[in-house]
Amino acid sequence: MQAQGRVGLKPGRGRSAGLRPTRRSFLRATVSASMAATLCAPNIRPASAAELPDFEEVAEGAFVRFGLQEEITAANDGAIANIGFVVGDRTVAVIDSGTDRRQGEAVLKAIAAATDKPVSHLIATHVHQDHCFGHIAFADMNLHNIGHRNLPRALASRGPYYLKELAGISPDLGDAGYLVPTETVSTTRSIDLGNRTLVLEAWPTAHTDTDLTVFDQRTATLFTGDLLFAGRLPTLDGSLIGWLSVLDTLIGPEVRRVVPGHGPVGDGHAALNAERRYLTRLRDDVRKAIDDQLDIDGALARLKSGNRKGWLLFDGNHGRNIVTAYTELEWE
Amino acid sequence: MMLVRSHPAFAVRLFATVLALASALTVAPPAAYAGSDEESPWPDIRATLYGGDRQIHDADGVIELETPYRALDAATVPLTIKADIDQTEQRYIRKITLVIDQNPAPVVGTFTLSPANGIASISTRVRINAYTNVRAIAETSDGELYMTKAFVKASGGCSAPATKDADAAMARLGKMKLKQIGTWRKGEPSEAQFMVSHPNYSGMQVDQLTQLWIPARYVRQIDLTLGDRPVLHFEGDISMSENPSIRFYVKPKAGDVLHATVTDSDGATFKQDWPIELGSAS
Repeated sequence: MQAQGRVGLKPGRGRSAGLRPTRRSFLRATVSASMAATLCAPNIRPASAAELPDFEEVAEGAFVRFGLQEEITAANDGAIANIGFVVGDRTVAVIDSGTDRRQGEAVLKAIAAATDKPVSHLIATHVHQDHCFGHIAFADMNLHNIGHRNLPRALASRGPYYLKELAGISPDLGDAGYLVPTETVSTTRSIDLGNRTLVLEAWPTAHTDTDLTVFDQRTATLFTGDLLFAGRLPTLDGSLIGWLSVLDTLIGPEVRRVVPGHGPVGDGHAALNAERRYLTRLRDDVRKAIDDQLDIDGALARLKSGNRKGWLLFDGNHGRNIVTAYTELEWE
Repeated sequence: MMLVRSHPAFAVRLFATVLALASALTVAPPAAYAGSDEESPWPDIRATLYGGDRQIHDADGVIELETPYRALDAATVPLTIKADIDQTEQRYIRKITLVIDQNPAPVVGTFTLSPANGIASISTRVRINAYTNVRAIAETSDGELYMTKAFVKASGGCSAPATKDADAAMARLGKMKLKQIGTWRKGEPSEAQFMVSHPNYSGMQVDQLTQLWIPARYVRQIDLTLGDRPVLHFEGDISMSENPSIRFYVKPKAGDVLHATVTDSDGATFKQDWPIELGSAS
């Protein structure tokens, strides 16, 4: 793996100190060599919104802003998901845009700092608001706006709800917006950035019914979106059985580097195994609860504190995973 | 490289537009939120359901409503209405109506019950769009109304009151299940769970780019009879969760068959029968 380098400073915001290196970015710069060696990022909580993470070059021409391992709050500006971009010889592809316009604009700023090549593609890995509601910052640009074939329907169904919820968390998150993709992927599609091919793959229902991965052939880097969570508890919003099946082929032998939807870059295998263990136990425990004729409340009471095993943000999400799994598995 | 023009107007972020659209529709899409908490929609809902002059008593001693403090999954919030009176011929709960004040369609639906249930307790699952009061109103056989309410916090996170796997939901449309909970005994109140697979689409907004419009399609009516005895009639709306599930009680007889008829808002009808099993006498 190549040394990581930081490009661009966080764009100034109304209430932040603007363009100055933050404690976080200083830490990142000084520990990046050891991070590259151990494939893990420090789990540092921000002291304030002025210390949100910046973009890092995780492989030649592939940049990622690692989201904080937190829920969306006013203090973290919703910068919780990994978002990034890939620079080809001619153009740039953006892979997710974050939660609001500010994050979308931060992507554009980081691109401008890294290259003078234009953005040709805007890709959403799935419907969730922490990944593609910064698309609004790209609204008046000429580009290919790409998503899973189910993404238009999912945005129609969920988009207004997510926008209202974001505005309810903080007025600062009120300037968010999705763009319905103008091009969709049903199976796979290759896009060319100039001597650099990205392979997009649309998956069956798993984390959501809109999951799309992006594989950068030049650096053998796979952007999994939320099909892979590292460190943070996976959240189920699609199909548990489908997700477990997708995990069997998510990281192929051609992949050398994996950027998960949340958590640090790595080879992906340890994170995938941990995720599979969690989801497998969730499946088995909920199946047993259904066999025992427990209703949802009964299943929650029995299962809500088990299966924790070092996951971040367990308490806010495990219960919901139980409910979601229950409503799927009761139809087996 | 061919570039595709994407216009700023396509960014769907104008609630005013959405609300204007919603008001033109009989079934409001999820974006059409009721006002803030202090503007309670309840007086209007009450007037619609019961007119202006019927008294509603406190439900203490008649029914209790069990809800989670926080909805974990906005699409699936389990609720239980527990009956505190017996279903006797002299006095019984004949209707239970569920209301979610801040939902786009606040009236979840009405369950009609009878002495044939033995116990009028009901468990079901609803969608909850926002921080809201949830109300259960029982009407007893003497025509009196009793209400209890609970406050439920919205779920947060990536949860949404929407279908998770829309293709699977449609592929399984109309499939039904009946579960006998525990051992059923002749003449004793016994718990059943009825489930019907249905996306219960709430209807989705017109998308300005694609003109994508998914019309509402939801379970309008469920009729369950045990032998020749009606044991549950439900009339519902889009606040019921996808794949509606109802737990309720019956008093079974030997040789009973449970018949289900479900009708949705498109007029599709689904029917199924299940012979029931009785355990040995206790």
